[in-house]
Amino acid sequence: MAAPPVGMKRFYVILGVVAAVGVGLLGYLLSKPSTLSIPANVTVQPSDTAGFRGYVKGSDSATVEITEYADYQCPFCQTFATLQMPTIDERLIKTGRLRWRYRDFPLQQHAYARVAAHSAACADDQEKYWAQHDRIYEGQSEWSASRDGADIFRRYAGEIGLELDAYDACMSAGKYAGRIQASLDEGARAGVSSTPTLLVGGRLYQGRFDSDAITKLVDSLAPRITRAR
Amino acid sequence: MIYRQGATLLSLLGLFLSVYLYLYKLGHVGALACGTGGCETVQTSQWSRFAGVEVALIGVVGYALLLAVALAALRPAAAGRRGPSRLLTALAGGGVLFTAYLTYLELFVIHAICRWCVGSAAIIVAIFALAALDLRRLGPGAMAGARGAA
Repeated sequence: MAAPPVGMKRFYVILGVVAAVGVGLLGYLLSKPSTLSIPANVTVQPSDTAGFRGYVKGSDSATVEITEYADYQCPFCQTFATLQMPTIDERLIKTGRLRWRYRDFPLQQHAYARVAAHSAACADDQEKYWAQHDRIYEGQSEWSASRDGADIFRRYAGEIGLELDAYDACMSAGKYAGRIQASLDEGARAGVSSTPTLLVGGRLYQGRFDSDAITKLVDSLAPRITRAR
Repeated sequence: MIYRQGATLLSLLGLFLSVYLYLYKLGHVGALACGTGGCETVQTSQWSRFAGVEVALIGVVGYALLLAVALAALRPAAAGRRGPSRLLTALAGGGVLFTAYLTYLELFVIHAICRWCVGSAAIIVAIFALAALDLRRLGPGAMAGARGAA
């Protein structure tokens, strides 16, 4: 086989250099550590919780209220949020029978749970909490296995139409770190130890739930609460 | 041969560019180095997917294909043959049409411009131009001559 001419040799050297520089740059970008983390165990300030008692959907006049303590990275919470909540929403919340209160309970073993909770909190600043909440749960399999969940949450923020400069400022300031910690502390004080846990009328329900079980629970509580009024 | 060399080099650059955008979509490289917010507006819009596939991934596959064809066209055995140039022109032509559609979306639907997408558009147009010039250089008689020589 004949050797390539000198001009071609020079070209292949240039091509090799460009390939090496490109691979090097991509390698550098991939190895760069994530710059965003939300501090855990922060000291909760009174201003962190002032007036805040979780993210609520449903009518103020609903006879039953359920508080859910959940972790965005918990697989059961994801199944519940994506498969059961749409039915609960249609059947109970939108019909005014049930008010749902979502509280963060990021478990220590889940690396992105706190960042996810914070991302949704920052979306709340732009009145898109539930859109980001739903998007984060829908994408759990994507971000929980990624190197940097925060970047994926940011992409979701863009997809749901958040103004990204304000979102970035909120995230990098860790604006809601105290609020998330307060929610976790409050859940722990109430006896929550796993997710999802539901708090209904002072009682804790742990484990897996489906929309039928929630409907039965609301059916059983509604007359009693109505009678007690 | 200079046209084919240029097309090879540009295909490699296009490949790196689309790999970068695809890694961004996978959440592996942080925020896009863009300078304006346009890149993220485009990359996070519903039009960043085409027929259910990430546009960046389509770019990766497209440029990888172009690179493979362009490298094959550089082999001494392919010198003087029109076939590789034809294939390059056809592939790059498809890329130009797809890029034109994406640029239309950026300008008139999303109302944001992604600099990386502009870079990719320039690259694909240049590859198409080089492949077409190579095809013209070889002329219609080149294929028969190459067959005779093979």
